[in-house]
Amino acid sequence: MDIFKIIDKFQQIDGDAAGRLEYATRRHFMNKIGSKLASAAIPTAFAAIVNKAFAQSATAVEVLNYALTLEYLEDEFYKAGNAAANLIPASDKAIFTQIGKHETQHVAFLVKALGTKAIPKPTFDFKYGGAFGDVFTNYKTFVTVSSALEDTGVRAYKGQAGALIADPQILEYALQVHSVEARHAAVARRLAATLLGNASMKGWITGKEGAVPAIYAGEDNMTQGGKDLKGLASKSDAAITEAFDEPLTKEAVLAIAGPFIKK
Amino acid sequence: MNKHTKTKNNAGQGAGEITSVVNRRLFLRSAGLATSLGTIVIAAGCNDDDDDPMIPGTGDTVDLGSGDIGVLNYAYALEQLEAAFYTQVVQTPYAGITDAEKAVLTDIRDHEIVHREFFKAALGDKAIKGLTPNFAAIDFTKKEAVLGAAKLFEDTGVAAYNGAGKLIKDPNYLLLAGKIVSVEARHAAVIRDLINPKSADFAGDDIIDANGMDKAVAPADILAAVKGYVKDTITGASVGK
Repeated sequence: MDIFKIIDKFQQIDGDAAGRLEYATRRHFMNKIGSKLASAAIPTAFAAIVNKAFAQSATAVEVLNYALTLEYLEDEFYKAGNAAANLIPASDKAIFTQIGKHETQHVAFLVKALGTKAIPKPTFDFKYGGAFGDVFTNYKTFVTVSSALEDTGVRAYKGQAGALIADPQILEYALQVHSVEARHAAVARRLAATLLGNASMKGWITGKEGAVPAIYAGEDNMTQGGKDLKGLASKSDAAITEAFDEPLTKEAVLAIAGPFIKK
Repeated sequence: MNKHTKTKNNAGQGAGEITSVVNRRLFLRSAGLATSLGTIVIAAGCNDDDDDPMIPGTGDTVDLGSGDIGVLNYAYALEQLEAAFYTQVVQTPYAGITDAEKAVLTDIRDHEIVHREFFKAALGDKAIKGLTPNFAAIDFTKKEAVLGAAKLFEDTGVAAYNGAGKLIKDPNYLLLAGKIVSVEARHAAVIRDLINPKSADFAGDDIIDANGMDKAVAPADILAAVKGYVKDTITGASVGK
């Protein structure tokens, strides 16, 4: 058994793997290998390093599995949408192909990070109990749901930042995914605005403007850091609410996502 | 870094080897930044002899401070630059600007001003001074130059907030940074979509890695990347410490 080949393999799958393994630990690990550590111990040691790097606390595991649930949902949604005939017009294919690629990458990353602790993929109902019955045959509905999923994803990741404060590396990964979801959301919202003829819907969230009103509760918050910002720099309420995105608790997100999840 | 060095010493590594490993790590990190922020770095290089001694505030040294205050001042500094940039963009629109582009750029200007004024108020007497921007390298009459600079500022802002998150100790400040960074990411996506509409560029492979992740860049590297755009010398060695 050649542990260096395994690490090389890991690197091939994930180019930044070595950087992600906590650096000093990796050096220490290499030294142990160099000192002819009993080969039987190697898989355990390797798993322990991965575990240390990716899932340092029970809280982190819980947050990552919560994120994985949402990423599974998004990934399956775009896989179905991108595969559906006559749904996405050729002009918009590049956008949804790129979004779908990222969601697949997020799932892969989280599954790898969680290892045996990763939850299995749920079964989804994208028709949302009938509310979005034509989601894969009507492009307007598809884009509506896409914008709602992305904005919910942004709110969900943001709501978990505080829970990861003791796991700085995992916090950083979560932030790096969070801003990608926000990029997706901005573009999906602009497509939805055009398709739905809603000129007041922009890439950013004015008040609680969005294609599925229920998920934007609280986005019109004007109080930041304990201060009411009304009138700040003579800017409008619209501008002030656009300048800050608001989080959602896990409970609120799961209540929104619940009808998408069959089991 | 201290922790790594200590562990390596315990493991019996030679000092020279440690230095080379650390340098390589730093180099790779900087190289990654340079790839995404290439134009900023180049512009910074071009501006070395462009200081104008007639402008008040030129050449001041501004230290961001330490701990969470340092992080907030770091954000305040970046928001000052962004707000000043978009204020100029809206004041002197580039040739051929469309109504839709002007609406987007005006919205972004207002968001950045709100961010700037929010940080200024939150920091109170701990706030750094108003910085003197230097946009001499940007041709505000040309759409390509303006949107190109906007793209760099927004991508840089996202990478900066993402990299600063783990330096923040107070969860309330962390949440605030989270509330702002996603708005910066929305800006980045929309600017990129204005430059190359309906393409994959809003979250392009040039900025998003193979794990589907945005960049996270440390304050020292961000400050080095933007230093050509500000007359003052900003030091941030204690940010988050």
